[in-house]
Amino acid sequence: MTNPTISRRELLRSTGALVVSFSMLGPLARALAQTANFAEPGPEIFGPDGPQATSLDSWVAVATDGTVTIFSSKVDLGTGVLTSLSQICAEELDVPFSRVHMETGDTSMTIDQAATVGSATIFRAGPQLRQASAAARVELLKLAAAHLNAPVEKLTVTDGVVSDGTNKVSYAELVGGKHFNVKITATGVAGAMKVAPEVKPKDPKTYKVVGTSAPRVDLPPKLTGQFTYTADVRVPGMLHGRVVRPARANTKPLSVDEGSISSVAGVVKVVQEGSFVGVVAKTEWAAIQAARKLKVTWSEPESKYPTSREAVFEYLKNTKSLGDQEGANKGNVETALTQGSKTFEATYLWPFQNHAMMGPSCAVADVQGDKATVWAGSQGTFGTRKQVSDLLGIPEKSVRVIYRESSGCYGRLSPDDVPLDAALMSRAVGKPVRVQWMRDDEHGWEPKGPAQYMTVRAAVDASGKLTAWDFLDRSFPWTENRNSYLAAQQIGHKPTSPGNPNGTGGGGEMYNVENIRVAASPIPWLWPEPMPLRTSNLRAPGGPARTFASESTIDEIAASLGVDPVAFRLKYITDQRIIDVLNAVAKQAKWEARPSPAQLRGGTIATGRGVAAVNHGQTMVAAIAEVEVNRGTGKVAVKRVTIAQDCGLIINPDGTKNQIEGNVIQGVSRTLFEEVKFDASGIKSLDWVGYPVVRFPDIPVIDVVLVDRPELPAFGSGEPSLVPVPAAIANAFFDATGARLREIPMTPERVLNALKSGSTISRL
Amino acid sequence: MPSITLNVNGKSRTVNTDPTTPLLYVLRDDLELNGPRFGCGLAQCGACTVIMNGAAVRSCSIAVSAAQGKSITTLEGLGSVEHPHVLQKAFIEEQAAQCGFCMNGIIMNAKIMLDKNPHPTELEIKQGLANVLCRCGSHVRVVRAIQRAARERA
Repeated sequence: MTNPTISRRELLRSTGALVVSFSMLGPLARALAQTANFAEPGPEIFGPDGPQATSLDSWVAVATDGTVTIFSSKVDLGTGVLTSLSQICAEELDVPFSRVHMETGDTSMTIDQAATVGSATIFRAGPQLRQASAAARVELLKLAAAHLNAPVEKLTVTDGVVSDGTNKVSYAELVGGKHFNVKITATGVAGAMKVAPEVKPKDPKTYKVVGTSAPRVDLPPKLTGQFTYTADVRVPGMLHGRVVRPARANTKPLSVDEGSISSVAGVVKVVQEGSFVGVVAKTEWAAIQAARKLKVTWSEPESKYPTSREAVFEYLKNTKSLGDQEGANKGNVETALTQGSKTFEATYLWPFQNHAMMGPSCAVADVQGDKATVWAGSQGTFGTRKQVSDLLGIPEKSVRVIYRESSGCYGRLSPDDVPLDAALMSRAVGKPVRVQWMRDDEHGWEPKGPAQYMTVRAAVDASGKLTAWDFLDRSFPWTENRNSYLAAQQIGHKPTSPGNPNGTGGGGEMYNVENIRVAASPIPWLWPEPMPLRTSNLRAPGGPARTFASESTIDEIAASLGVDPVAFRLKYITDQRIIDVLNAVAKQAKWEARPSPAQLRGGTIATGRGVAAVNHGQTMVAAIAEVEVNRGTGKVAVKRVTIAQDCGLIINPDGTKNQIEGNVIQGVSRTLFEEVKFDASGIKSLDWVGYPVVRFPDIPVIDVVLVDRPELPAFGSGEPSLVPVPAAIANAFFDATGARLREIPMTPERVLNALKSGSTISRL
Repeated sequence: MPSITLNVNGKSRTVNTDPTTPLLYVLRDDLELNGPRFGCGLAQCGACTVIMNGAAVRSCSIAVSAAQGKSITTLEGLGSVEHPHVLQKAFIEEQAAQCGFCMNGIIMNAKIMLDKNPHPTELEIKQGLANVLCRCGSHVRVVRAIQRAARERA
């Protein structure tokens, strides 16, 4: 792979100086500079009403130098998705990949295509941008036909230059620095929007750019310190803010002693509004010291909530569902269970887990009168715009949210809290304020991936056939996603909804069983009280836990029948794509067909292998994990993970592999190490010691097999391969030891207990 | 505010600041160097790492006064997009990053590792980076990139 070149524009953007220079240019001068060549377009090019989905100019702009800018509300969360989207657009437009730039996530410059969530960007926004690009190409060919005086059918395009065989004209010559002024069709909204469906895109068989491992455009500046993350945004006159939050939720400040920070030089203001407390200072260090030293007396928390791991699972088990979501329901499960010759029943427990971003939340806000500009790493800048507008009581159109990438967030910035903190503090001081959460703010107050309590019951008949399957996932909804974000709640905005449920899928729906019921029960999480353990979507929401429970049970049944785990699965799976990934992963891992557990041998180290598979949003994944279990210490080491994935059409094979490797590693981390600890005094996992994650010495060998399906749409790749990893590890643990682990994380203590008792079957 | 002179990336830089300020905030806010990153402020994650007098140092946890008169190198001081350091080049070639937020810590620690041990084994690389965190899971590529850099330095 060669060293990718980086554009002047990318470099400019990455210096941070750009923000300053733009801000210092008057709006008119800036607009003139941009409209002159369209190379660095600003919101001015869209006119006073902003971009409209039915205008081609809202999606594509060609600069005088031939640079093509694609406008999209979808953002790169560190997954490299902008590189892939650029490939899709370059392919359709017939321009070099290096000449496509993405202008993303700016609420004044893009159409809302939905937040960047759910592994859906390539799947949903990919076709939208492909169609917009195809529509632009049609228009460019029309213009070229007139310019060259040749019929469109005779024209070919190479690298943005149209030729009729004799004469040539470039895209830049045709529309560089100018508007298309062309209407296109756009129906529906957000992720479901259909853009220019009347235009026929290219046949995937002819793809030259899509399907290649184009190197990521963001990595050279990131690896040299020349990239501008949210935390690097600097605005002239900017002050520094820090939040002061209590150890426990649902408390109010009874008193704030400003005298307690009189020794800190550079404090500008203590901001208190409702239960929100923050400090603004001239320097970061002053703000940090002031926030640490500020003496605040908080009231006793009003709410009663489960204050231990055990109490949370009891609460999940015993509280009435808000309304079940059914994944499958056929036959008569109860009857089949009573008629089974062999039955299986177990409970699986998954704890609260953190997104644990490497970089804590950060945003800059500049509130001036009834206008606000916010620089944020939000997954959905339009959602953040609405939140800021509600918070400040100003129209949404008066708020501009400008996206700057944060650290990888895995769903955490779906509800992005910090822009509201910055907006409140900026309004209070009348100056731009940068708010950086400290590590304990982030670990303590980030919305967690919800705990899950799963029960599985199954039966086989006398012939060994699986006849009944009953799966129930009891979990908390995402309290923070549809509701007011944290600072808004602190100033008195009430949550209006219990929140979206924690996902479905992975509960065994893919198995063809005559009597099957799969359901998810969202359990109200103390709504409408403010939440003690805030919750939101964590990468592949709920999927890793459900698959851990379902695929452990399938494995247990296979073992009980003395059947090879891969062969057993293949008997009940009808979807050819899942069958193919299972076969592919077994082949790649040189799977030896035999029942589990392995022939148990003495000695300290036990080794085993386990398999698991899933259909996650139409991406099929099968995983085989190989583990070593130290019987003396209880330590589980994952030595190798082989993964086969079919995500339909592959846009960028190396980018897909990078995502899969990351998912496997995060899956290992969440399986072996991760749990949010808490008690009545608050959250105890407040840093990387209190919340351990995987480290370099724990990393397995990862072997990825990509199953390409160019005839299918491109499905998501950001989450699916995480989903089967915990189950594959659990099944490998059983293969090695003959004991079942039904609780996450697989700590040495739990492992030693399981080895003693044969299983950590929950007695709940 | 006292005036403090630092030697950063081969240049002498003078700042007026509270001498107890952690070096990280001076590098970022006063000198506008974005390579070193705030990750935890507790010397747990490594994202703020700089090289000071030949050693990898967590800049979030040392006062700027303690850095006076010492030679400090940040990620920007290693190389640029146009002229990347052999490690940066190897990381780009191996596409060894996702969000990239932790990569400052990884590259700076890898630099010191290779200075001391030009041909580390895979195990030595993993152990050498045991106290640097990466959350996106780029570890496998990072190990490959460091091995590539070691080969290309030779």
